Amino acid sequence: MHRVLIIDDSSATRAYVRAALEEMSDMQVSEAASGFDALRILPRERFDLLLVDINMPNINGLELISFIRRSDTHRHTPLLIISTEASERDRSRAMALGANGYLAKPFTADALAEAVRLIKKPVEGA
Amino acid sequence: MPQGKDGERAKEEFLAEAQELIESLSRDLLLLDAGIKQGQRSPETVNDLFRGVHTLKGLSGMFGFERLGRMSHVLEDLLEDLRLGRVDLTQQVLDVLFEGVDSFQRLLGDPAEQSGIDVETFTARVRSLARARVQERNIFEDYELDPSMLGVLTEYEEHRLRTNLEQGLTVFRLRVRLALDVIDTALDGLKERVKTIAEIITYLPSMDGGGGDSIEIEMLLASKKSETELRTALNRPDAALSAIPKRQRAAAPREPSKAHAPEPSTPLTPQSPPSAEIQAKPEVTPVKRSAADGDVSLRSITSVVRVDIRKLDHLMNVVGELGTVRAALARLVEKLRNGAAPAWSSEAHRIHRAFQRHLAEVQDGVLDIRMVPLSQLFDKVAVIVRQVAREQQKEVRLTITGAETEVDKLIAEELADPMMHIVRNAIDHGVEQPADREKRGKPPAGSLHVSAHQKGNHVVIELEDDGRGIDSNLIREVAIRKGVLTEQAASDLARDELLNVIFMPGFSTAREITDISGRGVGMDVVKTNITRLGGAVDIESEFGRGTKITITLPITLAIISALLFEVRDRLFAIPLAVVQEALRMPASAVRTVDGREVITLRGTTLPLCRLADLFGLGPLAPGSTEHYVIVVSVGNRRLGMCVERLSGQQDIVIKGLGRSLANTQGISGATDLGDQHLVLVLDAASIIEEVLLSRGGALIGAAS
Repeated sequence: MHRVLIIDDSSATRAYVRAALEEMSDMQVSEAASGFDALRILPRERFDLLLVDINMPNINGLELISFIRRSDTHRHTPLLIISTEASERDRSRAMALGANGYLAKPFTADALAEAVRLIKKPVEGA
Repeated sequence: MPQGKDGERAKEEFLAEAQELIESLSRDLLLLDAGIKQGQRSPETVNDLFRGVHTLKGLSGMFGFERLGRMSHVLEDLLEDLRLGRVDLTQQVLDVLFEGVDSFQRLLGDPAEQSGIDVETFTARVRSLARARVQERNIFEDYELDPSMLGVLTEYEEHRLRTNLEQGLTVFRLRVRLALDVIDTALDGLKERVKTIAEIITYLPSMDGGGGDSIEIEMLLASKKSETELRTALNRPDAALSAIPKRQRAAAPREPSKAHAPEPSTPLTPQSPPSAEIQAKPEVTPVKRSAADGDVSLRSITSVVRVDIRKLDHLMNVVGELGTVRAALARLVEKLRNGAAPAWSSEAHRIHRAFQRHLAEVQDGVLDIRMVPLSQLFDKVAVIVRQVAREQQKEVRLTITGAETEVDKLIAEELADPMMHIVRNAIDHGVEQPADREKRGKPPAGSLHVSAHQKGNHVVIELEDDGRGIDSNLIREVAIRKGVLTEQAASDLARDELLNVIFMPGFSTAREITDISGRGVGMDVVKTNITRLGGAVDIESEFGRGTKITITLPITLAIISALLFEVRDRLFAIPLAVVQEALRMPASAVRTVDGREVITLRGTTLPLCRLADLFGLGPLAPGSTEHYVIVVSVGNRRLGMCVERLSGQQDIVIKGLGRSLANTQGISGATDLGDQHLVLVLDAASIIEEVLLSRGGALIGAAS
């Protein structure tokens, strides 16, 4: 079972990502509606993949990534950011802070599946 | 787009979220507009707009709303430039934003995308807006800023930090420890307090001493206030506050301190030449919805559940069925009481009472879920007012009261079109040009007051303008010319009755009326829509002084209390909400005036209607009489309906008559009383209409 946490303040995006992931086999999807939600969930649960939106109110995605990469629990968990092609600067910052890749909104279900597949491999090999 | 049930759910989620986003976008635009008029700049609102459009763009792409995606992309770029200070916020820019958000609404409602929105032309317009060049001096070098902190700022946050420093504000770090469980509410409370005196640039979760049930949050604030003032305002002894100091070595060689530099050239002055666009400046008073100062809101976003209105409809139907079960139970209890087992009877009575009480609670609960504040609708009104005023180069001061009044979601939605129509007419044809107004001794800005309040089971919405009003003589003249009224009928009508002629079909399409009298096209449609909701619309106008339109609506359509009565041994129901009173028929007091039966009720004349004649139910059975008069009123019109017997009150669920009978005059539906006894529910508004305007006559196609 592959455990994924989506951190995005848009519930429609979360629903979309969940629907797309659940079409793949053995995916268990959790949702966090804000950076705070994520801070609450992350120390208590283990995940195999984190999907992080950059543009969130209060704690933004970059701050969250920086936090996650310094935390005990998810320092090495694969992390994809969800952003748009518009904010190239924010995207490269995210990569510098330790994100493993990005998905540009709007993305298709296939693109999401592909990105997840790519990132799954090293995890399973580890 | 993912398929299957999850995909469907995601799509529904999208439609709901997109709708909410669009609504909050237009609210933000109104705030921005109001802010500009008071010379305020609100970077946070611009950023909220950006985030909203950004989310909408992403979602549209994923859910296959291609044109909505492109439109929002164009607007996102503009808002990105705005929030990063590359474009100045002028009225012209604001117009484009309003137009864009309006097109979002249309594209969302019309995925077939035939709504005639020209994305290319719009894009060209947006691109033509002047972009300012930003100079990129690295002001961060002057301050003791932690590079690791700078590293996690988004481009926008970095821009806000730079702008604030350039304007000579002090930047503070505020560290506060918050319990994770309640962090959203705790932070909201803190935010409310901070926002009045400082701009919040970002929040950083701090690692120091992290873990456990609480977390330390560091906020970056920019403020004109001193550290002491800020500390007092915050009133949190546990919070650590420190100003970010200037670097010592960097200060000397550089140009003189910017701390006393004048405010940067204000971008609030329109850049374009002072053309017509500036004249129209509707002043909008947006509805204030934030919690009281310092009051911690306990409602976080996550406690709200979105529910499909159809699910509530279903639940409401079930509650309705339960109501009929209850009625049947009540009859059974009644029978038991007369039976031979008194112990069982009182037991049954007790159970029935408990059932009734809980059912009433469930009913209220479901109804309550369906209620939405009118503020959603009034926000749309504010957008239209601004738009029409600018189109017409008029000035309109819009004031809104009672926006917190709640109505059934369905009613709020159905009300949108009629309201838009009335508002548009009021500005189009009611409010005069500023110069004309001044000639008449009125202030140059017209006023439009929209208010709502609850009155019993009804909501009353009033729209009052101080425009040119309606010339009733002209209405009389045109109504005769158009053949809407005979000359005799027209001269018989009193002034206020004459005003109601504008709601008659065939009249309001008259073009010359539109232009001269001050009321526009399609008022008959407005009336039809409101009547369909079980409501009424009334008009008062004083020529030269203004017009007031009053809409009266039931609070909900779902479950209503009804009065049951008998005519010619048939049982009928009428919503209790329209019933003023029921009285014994004072047979001797019936007079005939102008061929119509009337009685005098407490000094006023009440027209009567013999329902049996109206519905063609035949003559009275020998020995029976029409004992009662039920006085119904809709809006400001009253009618006495003559019936033989009153048969009590009951909560009923009105069901439609089916497509083939849907347009039956005088009947709004049927209801099941619980013992398979179907009863027709009368539509008071259309009966009053029929009787008072056509002066009697039988309804066509009614029960024989």
